[in-house]
Amino acid sequence: MANVETMTINMGPQHPSTHGVLRLVLELDGEKVVKAVPHIGFLHRGIEKLSEHRTYHQILPLTDRLDYLAPMHNNLGYVLAVEKLLGLSDAIPERAQVVRVLLAELTRLKSHLVWLACHALDIGAMTVFIYCFREREHIMNIYEKVSGARMTSNYFRVGGLSADLPAGLEQEIRDFVNEMPRHIETYEGLLTGNKIWQKRIMDVGVISGEDAIDLGVTGPSLRASGVDWDLRRDQPYSGYENYDFEVIVEQGCDTWARYHARLKEMRESCKIIHQALDKLEPGPILADAPKVVLPPKQDVVNTIEALIHQFKIITEGFPAEKGEVYVGVENPKGEVGFYINSEGGPRPYRMKIRPASFVNLQALPKMVEGGLIADVVAIIGTLDIVLGEIDR
Amino acid sequence: MTLQAVVEKLKAKFGDTVLDEREFRGEMTVTVKKEEIVAVCTFLKEELGFNFLTDLCSLDYLGQAPRFMVVYQLYSIGDHLRLRLKAPVEEADATIDTVSGIWSTANWLERECWDMMGIVFNNHPDPRRILMPDDWEGHPLRKDYPVQGPDREPYQGRIE
Repeated sequence: MANVETMTINMGPQHPSTHGVLRLVLELDGEKVVKAVPHIGFLHRGIEKLSEHRTYHQILPLTDRLDYLAPMHNNLGYVLAVEKLLGLSDAIPERAQVVRVLLAELTRLKSHLVWLACHALDIGAMTVFIYCFREREHIMNIYEKVSGARMTSNYFRVGGLSADLPAGLEQEIRDFVNEMPRHIETYEGLLTGNKIWQKRIMDVGVISGEDAIDLGVTGPSLRASGVDWDLRRDQPYSGYENYDFEVIVEQGCDTWARYHARLKEMRESCKIIHQALDKLEPGPILADAPKVVLPPKQDVVNTIEALIHQFKIITEGFPAEKGEVYVGVENPKGEVGFYINSEGGPRPYRMKIRPASFVNLQALPKMVEGGLIADVVAIIGTLDIVLGEIDR
Repeated sequence: MTLQAVVEKLKAKFGDTVLDEREFRGEMTVTVKKEEIVAVCTFLKEELGFNFLTDLCSLDYLGQAPRFMVVYQLYSIGDHLRLRLKAPVEEADATIDTVSGIWSTANWLERECWDMMGIVFNNHPDPRRILMPDDWEGHPLRKDYPVQGPDREPYQGRIE
């Protein structure tokens, strides 16, 4: 076509369906997207730079603020990396491992609920949003009982957990997880058979498995393109090898396939949570490493040794060996990794966070170009991005 | 294939290009000359199955030579292996060839690396800043860049 006049429009950063502060510059030929250029960085807080100036314990709260819909997963990736750096990986007590898996999977449910809620709302199905947030609120209450905070949990610690689960919470989680599959059926009942929903997401945002690997896409978005890869199974951490669950792979490569992949993943998460609750035995929650882990509060007020340890660890931090480690975990959005380079001393020399959303967002232009402008919103929703993690 | 076999094949193919190999906590790090980075990466992807570039970042060893180190985290989806590749970059010639032709993932990751550390990626398809504004001066993750930002007094409350 000769002499096609295109129009360039700006979408975001203040746009309800960009899930934060994402700005897209779209070049349009009528309703067709010719080119899409994402602009990011509006939420950049320099977390990697700040990490170089904080001790290992002090960095942990910063990781909550990456993917704020799945804070426990970021905590987990970070503490696993530090534990590997310290050579503590095998010293984590069983109870701490099980609680980590339990909460990580609850976090996955929570994150997927927000994904479904916002994805459906973006496309116009408002009812689902209300239902999903109702269930999310249950998980928020569990979060609050566990860590004292609804979103910035800061609960895991290098060496274990900051506190044990409060009494009676196990039953509450079990009740919730028993109910959850029924709720997922409700969401499916509202959406799957809905003709508008089908038309809006079938064959929209197609990306082949090959392209997805080339672009570094991870998580459910990759598995919905037919690539069978899940870090929980392929490079297990925190004892995931002891759980029986299925890695969900869909062949559709489109938004419809990603919708089904995530819903099925939520059911698998419920299965894992049940198993974790069965495995939960009383026991210590912190590794026996007095130079690294903070002593129990009870000891700090009663013994001078614990008080000295507490004081030294808080004021000086703990030194790590010279070396470098990378640990990746299967976040709800994809692989989140922490690369820590230590030159010795109580602070990392450099910490690089591998953000799942950042890399997944890079696939957006490929998915929207050639499609309709109305589908851009659906594709942003299906990629399930969080700008806190993209911009760091 | 094991990691050891990968390193052996790499050394057999590239010889002197491989400057160093190091194992720490079961993770293998191989340092190669930056001139050969594209050839090494192509070989790793095509012949040894490292089809996935997980991450790319850089380190600043201020006061040492060479000052910078570009770090590639590679993953093989077939064999479930991780390999870390490093390439030293001097301050006077802070450039390295792009690997975005091998893995498209590298496009944004290299942009971030340029933005944060000021390393130029030759032949990069889209060499713009990514996180900082386009008119920003300096590269925040360099060790000589103050943590509180330029032209501001350091925070006095910190005990160093």
